[in-house]
Amino acid sequence: MSNTMQEQIKISIRNLNFYYQRQQVIKELNLDIAANSILGIFGPANSGTTTLLRTLNRMSELAYGARIEGQILLSGENIYSPDFSVIELRRKVGMVFEVPTPLPMSIFDNIAYGPRLGGIRNRAALEKTVEGSLQAAVLWDEVKDRLNTPAMALSGGQQQRLCIARVLALNPEVILLDRPCSGLDPISTAKIEESLRQLKEKITIVLVPHNVQQAGRVSDKVAFMLMGSLIEEGFTAEVFENPQDKRTADYITGRFG
Amino acid sequence: MIRLNPKKSQVIAKTIIWLAAFIVILLLLFILIYILSNGVPNITWQFLSQIPSDMGRSGGILSTIIGTLAVTAVAVIIAAPLGVGTAFYLTEYTREGKITKVIRFSAESLAGIPSIIYGLFGFIFFVIYLQLGWSILSGGLTLAVMILPTIIRVSEEAIRTVPSIYREVSYSLGGTKWQTMTRALIPTALPGIANGIVLSIGRCVAETAAVILTAGSALRIPTSLFSPTRTMAVHFYILAREGISMERAYGTAALLIILILIINVVANYLVNRFVAKSR
Repeated sequence: MSNTMQEQIKISIRNLNFYYQRQQVIKELNLDIAANSILGIFGPANSGTTTLLRTLNRMSELAYGARIEGQILLSGENIYSPDFSVIELRRKVGMVFEVPTPLPMSIFDNIAYGPRLGGIRNRAALEKTVEGSLQAAVLWDEVKDRLNTPAMALSGGQQQRLCIARVLALNPEVILLDRPCSGLDPISTAKIEESLRQLKEKITIVLVPHNVQQAGRVSDKVAFMLMGSLIEEGFTAEVFENPQDKRTADYITGRFG
Repeated sequence: MIRLNPKKSQVIAKTIIWLAAFIVILLLLFILIYILSNGVPNITWQFLSQIPSDMGRSGGILSTIIGTLAVTAVAVIIAAPLGVGTAFYLTEYTREGKITKVIRFSAESLAGIPSIIYGLFGFIFFVIYLQLGWSILSGGLTLAVMILPTIIRVSEEAIRTVPSIYREVSYSLGGTKWQTMTRALIPTALPGIANGIVLSIGRCVAETAAVILTAGSALRIPTSLFSPTRTMAVHFYILAREGISMERAYGTAALLIILILIINVVANYLVNRFVAKSR
């Protein structure tokens, strides 16, 4: 890891507060996310990690009674400013969910779903995008002969890679992953982690891992959250070997959580 | 209470359930066979291709077939978009609240009203007040009001069974609400929605009371939406009730059943083809 290199900031979270009705889920959070790196945001259940992730592509505002204060800058632009298009935002900041979520259509149509929403109709262009995305998600070789079969018939691990490919088809700048491997076997998990490592060459990745070990394995940097507050953040090795806060140390060593 | 041993109770339960199903199937088969065996021999080319003459004693029933299809088409063309639209409003465009409760309560109340009341309403409102007269339009509008609750309820149910994660996925890929609805929700909910519409078509085709008061009982071939017409169900009712011709009444009934069967098969085929395509 090149700790000394001057890193470029992709996302900058400033004084973020988030509420579901009266309940405050994120408290005064400030965090910079470096471009072309993997940030792991971890913490015990209900610490606000998923909510934080969902504020980054404004999926959080779909929930009833959601209210947000503060700023989130994507390449310097506030994504919550009224003239920032939420559609454009979600195409730039893709999301992979905890459960694999293929839509009930063919593999091809799943990957082409996003580009088609954007108005792309040209078959050749779509085919190129589908192939490229599936290759980047390390799924192409397994499905290239059955692109027109239902995506639902794939295994869980394949489905999750399909979801990553579907996001990649939009050529995003950032990908958010919410416990993408929580239901998967170790081999599928390894494949997904491998593809993430390749993807960060071009893309900024924010990952909520399903356990501390995964945060340790794939993240360049980690951020530890507890009850809606950011407790500590830094390079993975530093935080794991020499945590500055006692609560971080306790959580990593498994004393609670 | 007598305690049966599990094996015995199993056998008794199985017998009762089996018997229930058997009786129902037997009853249905009996009605079907009775009507078809009495009716089918009367279905000749002449019966299909001529309009009734001498009050229906001779000639065919061509005008009533056209009348039935026209009235049903008007009803479905009006009620299906309204009903499906309402269902989408209730599920996607609003939160549970006073308005949804009022709409749902109205729909449920409407579903329980006997069809003769719809006929009376249609007669007073469409035929007289709106001066549409006895016509295909009046009949179709009345049937549309009648089938609306079914379409709303069944469509709503179908849309609710679409996993909410499909919406999230579509939104997260930059979909608008409209795109999400048309591309992720409708294809998934379509078999259920179509089911409700087919059910409604069956009710339209079979309806008598609501149509006789609004579409009239003219025997000529209708020439426009404002022509009065007689549907097959009404024709059957008049033939049987006035003792004009039982053979022809059975012929009409048999054809009615066959028509509903055809509509069901065709609709099923279309839906299956669409679903197979979208999967």
